[in-house]
Amino acid sequence: MIDSVLAILSAVMLGLGGFFMVSGAIGLLRFPDFYSRMHAASMTDTLGSYLVVGGLMLTAGWGLPLFKLALILVFIFFTSPTAGHALAKSAQHCDLRLPGGGASTKKADNEISGSAQGPDSRDVVSADRV
Amino acid sequence: MELILDIALLSLLLVTAVYIAWTRDLFAAVILAGIYGLLSASFFMSMGAVDVAFTEAAVGAGISPLLMLSTLAICGRAQRANPQRALLALLTVGVVGALLITATLEMPAFGSPDAPAHLHVAPRYIADSMREIGIPNVVTSVLASYRAFDTLGEVVVIFTAGLGVLSLLGLRGDVREEPIHSPMAEPSHLVLRVVGKVLIPPILLFALYVQFHGEYGPGGGFQAGVIFAVGFILYSLVFGLEAVEKIVNRALVQALAAVGVLIYGTVGLLGIVSGRNYLDYSGLAGDSVAGQHLGIIAIELGVGITVASVMMIVFFVFSAQLARGRAVPHAS
Repeated sequence: MIDSVLAILSAVMLGLGGFFMVSGAIGLLRFPDFYSRMHAASMTDTLGSYLVVGGLMLTAGWGLPLFKLALILVFIFFTSPTAGHALAKSAQHCDLRLPGGGASTKKADNEISGSAQGPDSRDVVSADRV
Repeated sequence: MELILDIALLSLLLVTAVYIAWTRDLFAAVILAGIYGLLSASFFMSMGAVDVAFTEAAVGAGISPLLMLSTLAICGRAQRANPQRALLALLTVGVVGALLITATLEMPAFGSPDAPAHLHVAPRYIADSMREIGIPNVVTSVLASYRAFDTLGEVVVIFTAGLGVLSLLGLRGDVREEPIHSPMAEPSHLVLRVVGKVLIPPILLFALYVQFHGEYGPGGGFQAGVIFAVGFILYSLVFGLEAVEKIVNRALVQALAAVGVLIYGTVGLLGIVSGRNYLDYSGLAGDSVAGQHLGIIAIELGVGITVASVMMIVFFVFSAQLARGRAVPHAS
C-alpha cells in the first residue's frame, strides 16, 4: 500500500520536475532578453531539480542512496539560486540593461573589447536579438 | 530505451563538437566544451564506466573549462580569422579522421565479448582481483596495482604539465609591484561570499571521501585531487587571490606537487626493497592482501596530492598573470 502511494507520488514529482525543466528550456529559447531568459532558466531549474531529486528520494528506500540524494538536494539548494544570482549580478556589473531601459551602452563603448571577464554588453544584447 | 538514450547523447555530443569548431566566439566555445564534458560523462555513465564518468565530470566539465576561461581572460575571447591555417587544419583533421574511421572498420563490434580487449588480461583481473588485491572496485585495483606503472606515467605527465606552466608564466610571479586585486573580492558580493563559505568545507570533505573511498566505490586520487583543488579555486574566485595566498603558501604547494610523485615512486621502490618487483605492494605488510591495500592507499594519496597541487598552481599562476595584465588600465 505505502509502496504504491510512494511510487505514484514519486512519478508525479518526476513528471512535474520534467515539465518544469522543459518549460525552463522553452523560456530560455523564446524569451526576448537576457534577464527574463535567465529568470526562466534559473527558477525552473531550481524547482525542477528539487522535484526530480525528491521524486527519486521517495523510491530510494532507507539507505546510503537516500542520504546521498539528500546531500545532492542540499547542494542544489545552495548552488542553483546562487548561480542565477551571480549571472544576473555579473550582467548588471557589465552594464547590461534591458533593451529600451535607458542608460545602457554609454559605458560599454568605453570598454576595451577582448575582455572575457564579462561579456561585452552590446555583444550579448545583439546576440539576444538574433 | 538505452539505445534511445545513447543516440540522444551521441547526437548532442556531435552537435556540440561541431559548434565548438564552428564558432568564432571563444567564450561560447569554452562553455560548450564544459557541456561536452558533461555529455561525455553522462555517456560514460550509461556505458557503466562510473570511474571514467566521474573523472570526466570533474576534469572535463569542471576544472578544464575553468582553466580555459582564465586563459581567455588573459588572451581575449575573439578568434582571429586565418583562412590559410584553417584550410591546413581542416585538411589535417580530415586526413586523420578518415584514417581513424578506416581503422574502426576492423574493430570488433561494440560490446562484443570476443573483442581482444576482453580476452587478453581483463578476465584475469576480474577473476583474481578480489583474491589478490581484496578490494571491491576492480577499476581501482587495475589502475593502482596491476597497471600502477601506467598510472605513475600519468602522474608524471600531470606534474610535468604543472612544471611547464610554472616555467612559462610562474617564474616572473615573484616580482610583484602592487597587491593583486580581484574584481570579485568586493564586499558587495555578499551572497557569493556566504554561499562560498557554506560550500567550501563540504567540498573539501567530499574530496577526502572520494580520495579514501576509491577502493570501494568510484573515485580515487585523480578525482579527489581535482575536487580538493576546486575548493581552493572557489575560495580564490569569491574572496580574491590575496585571501587564498594567506592560507596557501605558494612554495609549499609547489613542493607538494613534487612530493606526490615522490610518494608514488618511493612506494614502488619499497616494493623492490621488500624483494619483489617495482610497484608490487604485496611485501609491504605481513600478508599480501594487506600489503596491496597499504600500497594502493599510499599511491592514491600521492596521486591526489600531485593532482590537487598542480591544479592549484596552474589556476593561481593564471590568475596572477591576469592580475598583472589588469594593472595596465583595463575596464572590467
